[in-house]
Amino acid sequence: MSSKFFSRRTILGSIVSAVLVGLLGMTVAAPALADTQLTGAGSTFVYPFFSKAFYEYSRKHTDVNVNYQSIGSGGGIQQFIARTVDFGASDVPMNADELKRAGAPVVQIPVALGGEAITYNLPVEIKAGLKLTREALADIYLGKIAKWNDPEIAKLNSQTTLPDLPIVVVHRSDGSGTTFIFTDFLSTVSSEWKEKVGTGKSVQWPAQSSVGGKGNEGVAGQVRQTPGAIGYVELAYVLENHMEQVLLQNVSGKYVACTEATVQAAAATKPDITPRDFSIVDRKGNDTWPIAGYTWAMLYADPTDKVRAKLTQDVLAWTVTEGQAIASSVDYVPLPRNVQASAKKALAQIHL
Amino acid sequence: MNASIQALEQRHVRRSLVSDRAFVLFIYLATLLFVATVLGLFAMLLLGSWTSIREFGFSFLWTSEWNPITGRFGALPMIYGTVVSSLTALVLAGIVGVFGAAYLADFAPRFISVPLSFLIELLAAVPSVVFGLWGLFVLAPVLRTVVDPFLQAHFGMVPLFSGPIFGSSLFTAGILLAIMIIPTISAISRDVIAAVIPEHREGSLALGVTRWETMWHVLLPGARSGIFGACILALGRAFGETIATTMVIGNKPAIAASLFAPSYTLASVVANEFTEATTDMYLSALIELGLLLFVVSMIVNAAARVLTWTLLRPSKGR
Repeated sequence: MSSKFFSRRTILGSIVSAVLVGLLGMTVAAPALADTQLTGAGSTFVYPFFSKAFYEYSRKHTDVNVNYQSIGSGGGIQQFIARTVDFGASDVPMNADELKRAGAPVVQIPVALGGEAITYNLPVEIKAGLKLTREALADIYLGKIAKWNDPEIAKLNSQTTLPDLPIVVVHRSDGSGTTFIFTDFLSTVSSEWKEKVGTGKSVQWPAQSSVGGKGNEGVAGQVRQTPGAIGYVELAYVLENHMEQVLLQNVSGKYVACTEATVQAAAATKPDITPRDFSIVDRKGNDTWPIAGYTWAMLYADPTDKVRAKLTQDVLAWTVTEGQAIASSVDYVPLPRNVQASAKKALAQIHL
Repeated sequence: MNASIQALEQRHVRRSLVSDRAFVLFIYLATLLFVATVLGLFAMLLLGSWTSIREFGFSFLWTSEWNPITGRFGALPMIYGTVVSSLTALVLAGIVGVFGAAYLADFAPRFISVPLSFLIELLAAVPSVVFGLWGLFVLAPVLRTVVDPFLQAHFGMVPLFSGPIFGSSLFTAGILLAIMIIPTISAISRDVIAAVIPEHREGSLALGVTRWETMWHVLLPGARSGIFGACILALGRAFGETIATTMVIGNKPAIAASLFAPSYTLASVVANEFTEATTDMYLSALIELGLLLFVVSMIVNAAARVLTWTLLRPSKGR
């Protein structure tokens, strides 16, 4: 009996000592992490770019480590308002109401640029370059054009015979900046869309025959699995997966595809973007892609911890200039030079 | 000598008393913690959804508009989608699961039943996002091109199988959920069938009743309560399943008569929209969906339990 007891005590003892050794080990290891850990939170769209850019930055500046949590733009704004992160990131700049809740002046800068391609699924013979006008695209999403052989589409693609196939409209089911930019575009080109539906990260989709997919992979999957489907997907996703995309007529009457060059051309037409006037959809120009937008980073203009704020400012200043070279390696569109300059100027407004 | 033995015994008794008390206390604490968790969850959901409850009242339950831009919210399509997809799954998985369990428990030879049971239980450990992706890329196309048109051709006059066919639909979600909950139903059912008093089985066989009749008239009725329990557990999983359903249900907040139309579930809306919900009313409406999921699954569980009691009441002549 007592020997059994003894053995149990030995086991307990060894567990306790193991825990103690573990704790000691941690305290010994802690000083090795002396470099500053900055945290950011928000947009999932920008995550692949941020994670690569911040990794590169830490290799050059070994004393700074940035931990970015891609919890969604809404969450990012809330964490930023609660001051639990050094910076927030959102696909849509903070609006007046959110800025009021922040309770202090906020600096918002564009950090990444993205475009959205329109992908579709039609039988093999008409795979290359289906043409659509902005109005036709809006009518498809409104449900007013419900078949692929509708005269509105047929007259744009006279060289091919379009099938008598119902159009299945695919959209994002999760709230996302991608949807915000797409509905911003539809509201700009169609007053009916603006009145009936509006612009937002989640909207009430009016088309009878519509399906929601979760994330880019969900939308792409739905389009691929459904003959007659059409959907909007981020450029990076379309490029990486070699998907068919629509040639869309821009406001200047030219049919363009969504590429790094056409998205950058659209962004370059408006260098003076501000958090209040940030839309770059439907821009004039021969080679502008009409569906594009920025992701934004938020910082406080009067930070309490000046040291951390300086480090954050350095990281973001690097991200919006030199770091943009990394953007195209992960299929994002680099910010045009003039936008880089205005972002850097905005960062300089932080009082340090 | 004698005295020392007595002392030892006394110590023994005292110790066991102390450990007994500690054990009882521990049980009470564990139960209390459990009850507190459920009540706390309910209270937090109620608190979080208060803005929405005050604004929409009971109309939240029977309106179908879900519009984050105008801030009008109604949950009816999601309640419908949740209940119908889960019940579809339960019917399918119930039939397949119980018959599979009957085979494994009584008909299959050991070299089949052991590895097969293991495989089925392994199915329960597959992450639901894997089920979801498989559902989207494999199951949905097969249903859309083969199964759905077949059902429509033969049963098209029933509204459930009418209308245009979408790959992502209530039906696809129901079948995917059925596959996900079969392990729960079949594993538990197999164990309870195997646990039926051996004398009943032997007696039945000794009377010259066939194996099949023994299963149908002796074993399954004997295992009834356990099988119902398994179904209730499985239904709970189907209700709460989020990612897999979201991938294949089409995420459309509308009620259609057809099972082939896209739909939406309570859990899917929350998973889809929670991260980007910025206004207070929007957030509150999403939390109210969580509250509804809680309440709806409680009601369905209670209904299932009442049904079980009524069916299991010992009837005379058996």
